[in-house]
Amino acid sequence: MSSTTEAITGGRLMVELLEEAGVEIVFGYPGGAILPFYDELYHSKKIKHILVRHEQGAIHMAEGYARSTGKLGVCIATSGPGATNLITGLTDAKLDSIPILAITGQVSTDAIGTDAFQEADIFGITIPITKYNALIKKADDLSRHFEEAIKIAMGGRPGPVLLDFPKDVQLEKTTVRKATSLKIAPHHYERPKVKGDPQEFAEALNQAKRPLLYVGGGAINSFASAEIKALAEKANAPVTTTLMGLGAFPGTHPLSVGMLGMHGTAYANKAVLECDYILNLGARFDDRVAKYQDFAPNAVRAHVDIDAAEFNKRINVDYILHGDLKDAIREILPFVKGGDRTSWIDNIQSLKKNHPLDFDNSGDSIKPQDFLHRVYTKTKGEAIVSTDVGQHQMWAAQYYLFDKPNTWLTSGGLGTMGYGLPAAIGAKFGNPDKMVICVTGDGSFQMCIQELATIAQSNLGVKILLFNNNFLGMVRQWQELFYEERFSESQWTYNPNFVKLAEAYGIPAMRIEHKSEIDKGVDFFLKDNGSALIEVMIPAEEKVFPMIPAGKSQQDLIEFKDLGKLKK
Amino acid sequence: MKHTLSILVNNHPGVMSHVSGLFTRRGYNIDSIAVGVTDNADVSSMTIVLNGDDFIVGQVKNQLLKLPDVLKVQDMAYASSVQRELVLISFSITETNRSEALTICNGFDVKILEITEDSLLIEFSGNSRQVTNVISVIKPFGIREISRTGQIAIAYRNQNAV
Ligand SMILES: Cc1ncc(C[n+]2csc(CCOP(=O)(O)OP(=O)(O)O)c2C)c(N)n1
Repeated sequence: MSSTTEAITGGRLMVELLEEAGVEIVFGYPGGAILPFYDELYHSKKIKHILVRHEQGAIHMAEGYARSTGKLGVCIATSGPGATNLITGLTDAKLDSIPILAITGQVSTDAIGTDAFQEADIFGITIPITKYNALIKKADDLSRHFEEAIKIAMGGRPGPVLLDFPKDVQLEKTTVRKATSLKIAPHHYERPKVKGDPQEFAEALNQAKRPLLYVGGGAINSFASAEIKALAEKANAPVTTTLMGLGAFPGTHPLSVGMLGMHGTAYANKAVLECDYILNLGARFDDRVAKYQDFAPNAVRAHVDIDAAEFNKRINVDYILHGDLKDAIREILPFVKGGDRTSWIDNIQSLKKNHPLDFDNSGDSIKPQDFLHRVYTKTKGEAIVSTDVGQHQMWAAQYYLFDKPNTWLTSGGLGTMGYGLPAAIGAKFGNPDKMVICVTGDGSFQMCIQELATIAQSNLGVKILLFNNNFLGMVRQWQELFYEERFSESQWTYNPNFVKLAEAYGIPAMRIEHKSEIDKGVDFFLKDNGSALIEVMIPAEEKVFPMIPAGKSQQDLIEFKDLGKLKK
Repeated sequence: MKHTLSILVNNHPGVMSHVSGLFTRRGYNIDSIAVGVTDNADVSSMTIVLNGDDFIVGQVKNQLLKLPDVLKVQDMAYASSVQRELVLISFSITETNRSEALTICNGFDVKILEITEDSLLIEFSGNSRQVTNVISVIKPFGIREISRTGQIAIAYRNQNAV
């Protein structure tokens, strides 16, 4: 930190604080109320600013960057409409626990509350969707709020924070550049000591004959993959992950049973019914996984989480460890005994054999599952994959196996269509040497499609895999199965020519429709590190299986082979 | 069941909306809320009375503790704490019922703040039940204006005595 006591403007101070915090890249969009800050940013040599096409793009890029690097994601918007365009992303980051700092311009303090031009009460609006927010009323307060904001975003269970920065405060001079007092209770930013009895906790696992580990997104946030692997292998326990937890445990590991929940594997969902012990590691018994109190009906339930408010929130548990997941598992491990679980593991293997992921690949049309598998094989499972929301998201979760954390970017909690493309862009900025693929659908793609320009302008090698079924596929699936095929407003009567559209942005593109074109398509798509779009035409009737219908439990799982039964 | 939560929060703008927003958002109902600064100007104390079973109140506590500006949350058991509300009532009197009104006020330990020809202004503090009781006794006289605070509370030092 520079020791100067020379007075500088709030805008200058914000830039210096960001630099000191190690922020290397920010995603943003300027406007009147944030201009003094942008004027200072102009001089920064350490911070790269990515000019986006829509503020929603900026915040999803920050999310993709944060999730794929484990660092803080930063986005900037002007007051009023700029700030309100961040709302979806903030909510998304809150539900998926992604550390984001949003800086918004605000009208000058003397105009606040007067319905001034481009004034929005963004502080009030974002109270329920941020972990912390503040309106900076004087430049002297900036460094304190900044420090609080960053610590809270990154500490404990991560989340989004917002600093609302009035124009006059950006211009006001200050010499205060150290956080003088932190009044926020330390548990909001310090790594708390693990609370609970690890020995008793481990003992319950040791007693189990049929244990199952259930791993959530918290495992990614706590960088606990190595510990989870050690625990699973020592206890000889199969592992299932949530949608958010994919990659926290290697998808190719013999103990992996894949994803749990509504569109999880049949064997993971059946393992939940059969296990006599289930250990939740950084997941939240979300309703897409655990609908009712009878979740894992035969099991002793144990839960490790950094957020105490998650304990017994939806599903009651028998054992609790409160703290950072990595620390907690390290404390449990010495007490865990090997135990012979051969018959349970055999049972799991036969579940896997008898209830595999399945689809009909007999016709001439291209099946998304097959295509994803080809992309998986060709990329050796090493790509970073982002998705939008819908059927393609679930197929990607099922057919691309993730062996490493921070390589799977998806909107889990909020289910935000439009997330995929900007998240991939953010991830590519954070991981320039890795292949980054956005798996999207013809609906979702059009929600943040304007960010194709951001790819072009930075010459970014982002790959776009677009499954076109000319439908809002997931909506159609529900209408087919549960609304007697009344396809109310789910079919597109118009779609643009996506290939030409991509080419208009200078992105090489290709469209394939028949099975015979698959190899050519995959080669085109993955031939180099440059950007590319492949549009894969798929049958509208293709559905995601297995499926647990909404409001039902694991017992009611429908597999591909049950489809006949369902439609009688 | 009624619960009284005593909460210490950072004394700065927005904290009230954070706390009250949490209640509306999660569908918890607040009976009353009272706020005042403590001896430390940076810290305010809030007393929230709410209706709910132990599960709900546990959830409320957990969620409150997640707010960065919330420093401490204490669930006050009724028997081991003292609870007070304050009420100010202006009501009508006549020549004939004036002395009856004054007798009632004396009996209830009510403070009389103003007497006019045809009205009395009184102050009363007590627990919630007592305050409600005083209001219902005064009501027949004809209440002109009433202002009642939310409940505040403090736990007894000696928790064993109860
Ligand atoms: C912003 C937003 N609006 C609406 C929805 C509801 N929704 C969920 S999936 C879906 C269909 C998505 O269609 P598409 O992107 O084409 O993907 P597909 O299911 O066809 O693979 C819709 C409309 C949503 N998740 N997000």
